[in-house]
Amino acid sequence: MGRYVLRRLLQLIPVFFGTTLLIYWLVWSVPGDPFAGKCGERPCPDSFVQSMTEKYHLDDPLPVQYFFYMSHLLRGDFGTTFGGREISDIIVQAYPNTLKLAMVALLIEGVIGLTAGVITGLRRGGFVDNLVLVSTLFLVAIPVFVAGFLLQYLFGVRWGIVNPTVSNPPAFSELILPGFVLASGSMAYVARLTRTSIAENQRSDYVRTAIAKGLPQRRVVGVHLLRNSLIPVVTFLGTDLGALMGGAIVTEGIFSINGIGREVFRAIVTKEGATVVGIVVVLVLVYLLMNLLVDLLYAALDPRIRYE
Amino acid sequence: MRVSKRASAVAAIAAVALVATGCGGGDDDEGGTTTDKTANGAITIDGTQPAFPLVPANTSETGGGDILDFLWTGLINYPPGGGQPTNAVAESIDTSDAQTYTIKIKKGVKFHDGTEVKSKNFVDAWNFAAYSENGQQQGTFFSDIEGYADVHTDDPDGEGPKKAPKPAKDKMSGLAVVDDYTFTVKLSAKQSIFPVKLGYSAFFPMPDSFFTTDPDTWGKKPVGNGPVKFVSWTDNVEIKLTRFDDYTLDDKVKIKDVTVKLYQEDTAAYADLQANNLDFQQQIPVSALAGEKWKADLGDRALEVPIPVQQFIAFPLYDKKFQNADLRKAISLAINREEIASKIFFNTRKPSTSWAAPGTPYADAFVCSVCKYDPTEAKTLLAKAGGFSGELLMYYNADASHKDWFEAAAASIATTLNIRARAVGVPTFAVFRQNIEAHKMDGMFRAGWQADYPISENWLGPLYVKGASSNDSLFDNADVNRLYAEGRDSTSLDAAAAKFAEAIKIVDAEVPSIPIVSVTQQSGVSDRVKGVKTNWVGSIDLSSVELV
Repeated sequence: MGRYVLRRLLQLIPVFFGTTLLIYWLVWSVPGDPFAGKCGERPCPDSFVQSMTEKYHLDDPLPVQYFFYMSHLLRGDFGTTFGGREISDIIVQAYPNTLKLAMVALLIEGVIGLTAGVITGLRRGGFVDNLVLVSTLFLVAIPVFVAGFLLQYLFGVRWGIVNPTVSNPPAFSELILPGFVLASGSMAYVARLTRTSIAENQRSDYVRTAIAKGLPQRRVVGVHLLRNSLIPVVTFLGTDLGALMGGAIVTEGIFSINGIGREVFRAIVTKEGATVVGIVVVLVLVYLLMNLLVDLLYAALDPRIRYE
Repeated sequence: MRVSKRASAVAAIAAVALVATGCGGGDDDEGGTTTDKTANGAITIDGTQPAFPLVPANTSETGGGDILDFLWTGLINYPPGGGQPTNAVAESIDTSDAQTYTIKIKKGVKFHDGTEVKSKNFVDAWNFAAYSENGQQQGTFFSDIEGYADVHTDDPDGEGPKKAPKPAKDKMSGLAVVDDYTFTVKLSAKQSIFPVKLGYSAFFPMPDSFFTTDPDTWGKKPVGNGPVKFVSWTDNVEIKLTRFDDYTLDDKVKIKDVTVKLYQEDTAAYADLQANNLDFQQQIPVSALAGEKWKADLGDRALEVPIPVQQFIAFPLYDKKFQNADLRKAISLAINREEIASKIFFNTRKPSTSWAAPGTPYADAFVCSVCKYDPTEAKTLLAKAGGFSGELLMYYNADASHKDWFEAAAASIATTLNIRARAVGVPTFAVFRQNIEAHKMDGMFRAGWQADYPISENWLGPLYVKGASSNDSLFDNADVNRLYAEGRDSTSLDAAAAKFAEAIKIVDAEVPSIPIVSVTQQSGVSDRVKGVKTNWVGSIDLSSVELV
């Protein structure tokens, strides 16, 4: 087990270098000059462009730029944006908010999705099953920005139950509404996934044995059936955390959450390679670690899986 | 000019702080009378994260520019709603030949760190901005001053590997301190409208502390000389300002604290405005303008003010297709501006009738004769020009809401003139500007212009004179250049304005670009404030705000 974890952690290193190089290269493949349009309907003064170019090695070939960037990064220096902000500051300020939001969303989709999935998986074809089917289809079909604006208007403006935008740093209670919006799509997937998985495993031998032994229904479902059925669901939830963090741009914008989505968007538009890479590096790490965690959870859920 | 990028800024209300200061729409019963309430009052307004640290010479976008205008007072102020500038820090600005200006400043005006504003604070600040080694974005604003060439060198090959040579000097010979409250500015050539420019942020004075600190560090905690002073700046969240009690000039603020919430999306700000969590939103989002929805939402909290902005569609005159003036007139007459203004913009924009924005001083004669819809005349002119072959492409930047009106204009041209016309979106403003600045356009393109200072010249000089900074069409007309130069060399503003009016007549006959709509701004206030006015470019006039 320990050796397995160590091996997985060592694998992070090449992945890390590969992704950063790729992202760096992608940002610079976006057409456009970073200084066009920065100074309005007039070209920027040469002196301004020049001092920026020198500061960021923009006139060197890409590998050289990347090398400069990496050598700084490995010393813990994330660099600065064109506007002179420390990128590490952005990461320290914005990441916790995005992580909080994604966690709240994950919790909401886990609880609601799993509950709906178990109920419908056990009682297939009933009224509840059809209701969940229709409502999950509805949730998947609604784009995030529609759900976001609608709920913000109803709860924030119309009924005045919550503030339309969250404070900074946001409290968990304030994040329930944005979290629900962010989770709405995934919630539906979790419910459908759980339902299918439960339905499949209900007919398996070990469940039949458990029932034959005379175990109460609660134990059969809660321990024997659910543990095995959770494997695909946990896989989905694990990768979804990363997806939620990276994909929260719209939700963050609607509820005015100071997160990483906007920073990444701004940096891509203004061609600040260093900022994009800095933020995505951390996102990549989240993805990789979540994947590792999911793999380790398999062993806890299904005794037939062993890591040697 | 400053470019507005209300696309990327975020904020979140510090709800706790708001409750503590009595904001947040609850019942606050602190303070007996209204004046007491105002004197201790706090308001929240919307803004966007400044792109750079708050240094006037290096800020060319509205996010930072609006904050700078709160924190500083320049030599002159531009009154709300256009009109002639008034003296602010300046006691007097005199000249006998329109080339050497003697500027006297008022005594006792203080920076927020307590030091007095003296003539050297202006001279040093301008020299700093113009010196190209400092790489300030607004450096070119000083190009009229004698000795600018000695302190500002350009890169010989644009963005190539060669470096610009180090400037010969670091001070402009045209600036001289006479005494603590007087300095002279000698220009390299006569320029009648120079004093009108002096209210712009590039000309703000800088305190001594600025010159001994790294500008980027200093710009995180700027020290100005305006009616409010800087308190704190949390990136992407908020900038806090408070009243400067030692302010001696007329435009004092009545309220105590101002929080500028930095929003990422204007729709989020609008939701806060509706819920009375925000006291002023400068521009209501487009989504709420449709069908006058915002007026229904806000009732008497809705404000509509004209701002000195026009939208044009410009011709690339370096392209053979567009070199016939009759064709250009035909295209202009084929655009139904009334319909665009009412159907696309829901009357939030007005059809252009002038080459300058309405209310611009001296711009009465800037009438645009081809800014009307006349299908018959358009067809006649097109025939006279020998028709138009191929497809008329019209480019716009797709990262702001221009698609609808561009497609409407293209459709209007196509149906009226019976030619093929198509609106083409360029993904980002950056790429769009890059193509324009490279002079590689093969079709018409969107050109917006916001006045830098309120005078008719600003709608002529930068746009239609040979070699001007924003003459993207490469329009070059000997008479316009000559008349403009004569106007620039006049010794009085009135005489200058007469020459500019003559020049615009030629522009009007040549149609290098087409005025389409002039812009009004839709703002909103909360029910906590009263008397809110906006300044000439539409941002909030803090001195007008009182609490209810």
